[in-house]
Amino acid sequence: MKFLVCISNVPDTTTKITFTPDNKEFNKAGVQFVINPWDEYALTRAIELKEAAGSGTVTVLNVGEADTEPNIRKALAIGADDAIRVNAAPTDAYFVAEQIAAIAKEGAYDVILMGKESIDYNGFQVHGMVGEMLGIPTVAPAMKLDLSGNTATLEREIEGGKEIVTVNTPFVASCQQPMCEPRIPNMRGIMTARTKPLKVVPAVGEPARTQVQEYALPPKKQGVKLIDAENAGELIKLLRNEAKVI
Amino acid sequence: MSVLVVVECADGEVKKSSLEVASYGAQVAAQLGTTATAIAVGEANEANLAKLGEQGIAKVLYDAEPRLKDFVNNAYTKLIATAAEQEQAKVIVLANSNIGAAVGSRLSVRLKASLATNVVELPKTDGGQFVVKRGAFSGKAFSDVVLSGDRKIIAVKKNSTEAQHEAGKTAEVASFSAQLSDADFADAPKQVVMQDQAGGVLLPEAERVVSGGRGMKGPENWNLIEDLAKALGAATACSKPVSDVDWRPHHEHVGQTGITVSPNLYIACGISGAIQHLAGVNSSKVIVVINKDPEAPFFKAADYGIVGDVFDVLPKLTAAVKALN
Repeated sequence: MKFLVCISNVPDTTTKITFTPDNKEFNKAGVQFVINPWDEYALTRAIELKEAAGSGTVTVLNVGEADTEPNIRKALAIGADDAIRVNAAPTDAYFVAEQIAAIAKEGAYDVILMGKESIDYNGFQVHGMVGEMLGIPTVAPAMKLDLSGNTATLEREIEGGKEIVTVNTPFVASCQQPMCEPRIPNMRGIMTARTKPLKVVPAVGEPARTQVQEYALPPKKQGVKLIDAENAGELIKLLRNEAKVI
Repeated sequence: MSVLVVVECADGEVKKSSLEVASYGAQVAAQLGTTATAIAVGEANEANLAKLGEQGIAKVLYDAEPRLKDFVNNAYTKLIATAAEQEQAKVIVLANSNIGAAVGSRLSVRLKASLATNVVELPKTDGGQFVVKRGAFSGKAFSDVVLSGDRKIIAVKKNSTEAQHEAGKTAEVASFSAQLSDADFADAPKQVVMQDQAGGVLLPEAERVVSGGRGMKGPENWNLIEDLAKALGAATACSKPVSDVDWRPHHEHVGQTGITVSPNLYIACGISGAIQHLAGVNSSKVIVVINKDPEAPFFKAADYGIVGDVFDVLPKLTAAVKALN
């Protein structure tokens, strides 16, 4: 089984978000970038399934410029076999999906996994676009994934419950918890990752279909109105009469 | 040219988020000088579909194929794409739900459309551009995005827009067939399992949420959260550490890597307010924080706060709500 796992390079989850003075771009200064947390579920599950089968390969794919390579190496240290970096800034979801679809087609991967969304752009789009571009099923978001031969059984989250879905390979799934416990690299993994192949390829396809015009932060809160704990019921009156939310 | 609105139904009812989407779509249509048609997906009741006129929908298309009761990605995509072609829709509006996002992304490729998810306002259409405001960085920011394609698909974030309502207006309900084949249902779910929701309110659709953190000390104390939620008609939720130790199920975990919510009221009980948790709730209209630690960072993001022990405060709040009712 050939797994293709797509990872994004995103600001650490504790990052305070700021923008360049013209508000056109995210301000990367001093920010640590990590593998998108949702993608870690996809990566770990692919490695677990490969290990359980005793054969197969896990290829990591990232669309990004050279500064994403530390996190690609981290994915290799966690247990991926090789990696591909499409050398381009990821402009929008459609552009990223085109790159993934082109690589997937060329490599004839059986299972294409990624996180349900990235924690920066929060598009929740790439998986469906890749599935449609390749003409194969998409299951999103998946909470559980098991393989038996070329048939996969997945649990898909729906509002208020879950669906059990069966699909044949090839397919695309976007992953979320509680699919697995994401792994962290050990020293041996870090050492071997240095020698694993990382191929850099140029981008293909059309220009982006969406363009960010401007970023903005939410309006600042007015400040908290404190209510005495001894008189806690007063809060309910304020929520009804002042805030008008109950 | 028209605006096509995708309306999700379950057990015959139109979902609350779809009523918002219907209203949003009708307002976009008015902005563009055209009308809004809806395509219903899921198990719908025709009388309820006709009521979408109250949100400004002129016509509702409905395919009564029974296999469309549950979400089937390929079949839903084909159904909506066929309706979009028939109606020559230039703008398609969906809910930013699991269904909306899964279908919207496939549709955008099939229809060669620009797609924006997580949209929180009506588009700006001045000056020949079509610009939408959407949430980004897990609720820590917004971005104005230009949709440059000839066709646009918009997935509207729940509870982020005001639903218009004109009582008594009805929409025409027209039967519709996308000529779906067995192959379109190849990825149909084998089983659908609904989970128990405390108080019967779905968290992603909730207008009010009562949420607990590690300050609740254990799952045996969750009756305090549930009692207040029940009195308020709210959904229950929890922080990540709580779901990590299995005090509460994963589907109640709210935060950056859990469910993002934007209710009118979010009450955080015994939650310190880590930045990852705030990212999942900071678009709530009103945030209430109850914590015995006055230095808890969540107070900085709160509108109202009580510095006190949740075990003393929660029963008082529940009693006060009951007294109001």
